[in-house]
Amino acid sequence: MIDKLSWISVYPEIILLIMACVIALVDLGVKSPRRTKTYLLTLLTLAVVAVLQATYAIGGVTLYGFGNMVVSDQMGNWLKCFATIAVMVTLVYGRPYAADRDMMRGGEMFSLSMFALLGMFVMISGNNFLVIYLGLELLTLSSYALVALRRDNATATEAAMKYFVLGALASGFLLYGMSMMYGATGSLDVNAVFKAINSGQIKHQVLVFGLVFIVAGLAFKLGVVPFHMWIPDVYQGAPTAVTLLIGGAPKLAAFAIFIRLLVEGMLPLAIDWQQMLMVLSIGSLLIGNLAAIAQTNLKRMLAFSTISQMGFVLLGLMSGVVNDNIHSAANAYSSSMFYVITYVLTTLASFGVILLLARDGFESEEISDFAGLNERSPLYAAVMAICLFSLAGIPPMVGFYAKLSVLQALIASGQAVHIGLAVFAVMMSLIGAFYYLRVVKVMYFDKPITASTVSAPLDVRAVLSVNGALVLVLGLVPGGLMTLCANAIVQMLGT
Amino acid sequence: MGLLSLAIWTPIVFGVVLLALGRDDQARSVRWVALIGAVVSFLVTLPLYFGFKLGTASMQFVEKAPWIERFNVNYHIGVDGISLWFVLLTAFINVVVVIAGWEVITRRVNQYMGAFLILSGLMIGVFCALDGMLFYVFFEATLIPMYLIIGIWGGPNKIYAAFKFFLYTLLGSLLMLIALIFLYVKSGGSFDLALWHKLPLDSATQTLLFFAFFAAFSVKVPMWPVHTWLPDVHVEAPTGGSAVLAAIMLKLGAYGFLRFSLPIAPDAAREWAWLMIAVSLIAVIYVGLVALVQKDMKKLVAYSSVAHMGFVTLGFFIFNDLGVSGGIVQMIAHGFVSAAMFLSIGVLYDRVHSREIASYGGVVNTMPKFTAFALLFAMANCGLPGTAGFVGEWMVILGAVKSNFWLGFASASALIFGAAYTLWMFKRVYLGPVANQHVKALADINSREFVMLALLAIAVMYMGIYPKPFTDVMDTSVAELLKHVALSKLN
Repeated sequence: MIDKLSWISVYPEIILLIMACVIALVDLGVKSPRRTKTYLLTLLTLAVVAVLQATYAIGGVTLYGFGNMVVSDQMGNWLKCFATIAVMVTLVYGRPYAADRDMMRGGEMFSLSMFALLGMFVMISGNNFLVIYLGLELLTLSSYALVALRRDNATATEAAMKYFVLGALASGFLLYGMSMMYGATGSLDVNAVFKAINSGQIKHQVLVFGLVFIVAGLAFKLGVVPFHMWIPDVYQGAPTAVTLLIGGAPKLAAFAIFIRLLVEGMLPLAIDWQQMLMVLSIGSLLIGNLAAIAQTNLKRMLAFSTISQMGFVLLGLMSGVVNDNIHSAANAYSSSMFYVITYVLTTLASFGVILLLARDGFESEEISDFAGLNERSPLYAAVMAICLFSLAGIPPMVGFYAKLSVLQALIASGQAVHIGLAVFAVMMSLIGAFYYLRVVKVMYFDKPITASTVSAPLDVRAVLSVNGALVLVLGLVPGGLMTLCANAIVQMLGT
Repeated sequence: MGLLSLAIWTPIVFGVVLLALGRDDQARSVRWVALIGAVVSFLVTLPLYFGFKLGTASMQFVEKAPWIERFNVNYHIGVDGISLWFVLLTAFINVVVVIAGWEVITRRVNQYMGAFLILSGLMIGVFCALDGMLFYVFFEATLIPMYLIIGIWGGPNKIYAAFKFFLYTLLGSLLMLIALIFLYVKSGGSFDLALWHKLPLDSATQTLLFFAFFAAFSVKVPMWPVHTWLPDVHVEAPTGGSAVLAAIMLKLGAYGFLRFSLPIAPDAAREWAWLMIAVSLIAVIYVGLVALVQKDMKKLVAYSSVAHMGFVTLGFFIFNDLGVSGGIVQMIAHGFVSAAMFLSIGVLYDRVHSREIASYGGVVNTMPKFTAFALLFAMANCGLPGTAGFVGEWMVILGAVKSNFWLGFASASALIFGAAYTLWMFKRVYLGPVANQHVKALADINSREFVMLALLAIAVMYMGIYPKPFTDVMDTSVAELLKHVALSKLN
């Protein structure tokens, strides 16, 4: 018997599901090559879903539904709200690009994006190992198809194949780990697994054996060293609009499953997985930053930069439990959450500029394509510069506060190792500053190769300006978003 | 909104407006708006001086409002005797720099002027911040406009210079960031500077903190041996950029020593004072010698800046009131004098497009008015009595003699190098017969340049003849600081 509360907890998901199907059908009748009707309908749906999620989040009630299989809590609702907005923004930026590249012969881009978003929703609200896995598969399957949407383009197809093969492998890892956990604890329910582990009755080796596979699977999905190989190739190979769809909102969902599986499910094993995350994050910071220096392709550079940024997220996640003491957990996890959200915001704007500059038959993805952008369009050069300074962690951009809160979480743990890690992390971000600055240099100091002015549809211009301004404004007043993250995490830990 | 907030945000608002609305086809009005912005920004700092209460070391014009509640960061600003003059100095130099860039800059005028206005507001913010994180945000944010100023309007090797400037200073500041977060955690969750000043810390922690701050501030000052970025950057930066860099940005580092290193880690500061004094003396003597052999005027003045800032740090670490006050006076004086030196070089560069000393000779014959100014500034750079340069150096040397005769002797004898490289340059550039066609064709300064140099000349002379307003303001604060530093914070 499914009670009424169960339905309430998944209303937004249901709306999204129905509308994704409806939009796929409606699109059959759309003739316009830019698919304006489909586009507007999608945006409208997503706007409704985002507002609904925000309402849930502000309401702040934690609901469990369908026999504890899904949970709707404040953290999940905010993440879902931001993911929805991120997908909306992606579609706004991506539509002219996709239309120019023959990716909109059908309306698949819109319905697949909505299914991908639905997958993220399920990942974020899953309270059961299998549900989370299903959400992940829904997201990745939609992403594979999206990457391959330019079917007559060789690089995109290659990227899709690579993504699919490696993604399937990672899913296998994750599923194997989950089955180990199930074998050890006898349950797939996140809370039941927690209780079983916490009882201390289960053999530690079995648990850690399963844990290794789960962490490896998660690390793959987040794209951290040494499971990062797919990131640069897929980022570069995929059509830029799809790159943004993969590199933006799903990071929020990946963060959520880290929390759901590792924190809510396996916090008693924190001492084990924190060590794993530490190794992953050191590797990511090192390889991500060093490899980014050598790139000449902007998308590939941003891919390596993502790897290093995710290393920072892990730094926050690994400093929650100190000497079996979870006092600093809320502080640590909320700093990671803040990091991920601001990272997505910044990524949206920076890819937005790349998409904006791309024209028919010109990808604008080499760093040199940005030469002299300041003379062609001071506004977009400024947006890009703000994003790059933010990614480099220079105040007063929002990226600085993200780094600040993660470093603070590390240092607050008071352990010498962690302080050493903090020093390592800032030294790595110094290297990071170098390659971000190089792009600023190209935009501001070099002569433009073409004098053509930059033009964009009104919706792209408006959203991009707001997006860029937000990166700066949130840097001037970061308090609200920080408090939001802190409250959400405190509530999540409390239940 | 308080006076200090006005001082910080007026130039920033003007700068943002220029960036948003200015276009190159309206360069004329952009310049006027920039000038109005700079003058208004300077005028709003004047009430700070007139309303400043002498005889108290406590912070004045304090404003405090919660900013990031999650980390207990406050928008907490105020000035005391140590920082007051730097607020005025920054706003003043900003006016001069806007005038200096008037018709020299023709490309993207709005971005040039906007960058300088924003930079000036940010630097005032550094001097006013009483919250560690607020300080850091302002301190780091100054890098962005300066990076763009050097990179866009700089000389042939501008990109190397811009990167060197940014990465060198970022390296130091990142270590300071760790120190700030550490203090936040250690103090139980506060970025309040006054609280940090009272926080007891053990010896090892103090040493680590001291060197973390040292990493940030010594690069900024810059102290020997991390001064190597300064000559490269000065040579490539546009005239206005060099002037602001030398006049104000270097002071951010020296000011950091007074606000952070000394009061937060007093025991470590006393323990390592010998090292600080040693590197300061090396800066004064060795870098002075290096300046002597430079062929490039800007490089020469850049090395001379390093040497002069050596006096400043020397003064700070002899821990007596003459030394510390002398250091601060020297900072202000150097602000006027170095800006004047760089702007003078700019005047020549705009005409001949060369910074080589060898390209000039006998400028006095064609530019008599200008040479008069240049002579005054050269004398001030040597530290001639009656000019601004004299007061600070004299006080530092007196302080040094008080603490150790040989230290005073060494620093006093170093003055001879300052005189040597400045006067020798003056002789080669300005005196003698007309050296070449370029010099022969030189036109004397126009009224804009006259105003710009006259403003600085008045400041240099006034400070040299009547330094009392400067020293009066800082006396109490310096005494309080020294009292604080003398107490051990070990527990």
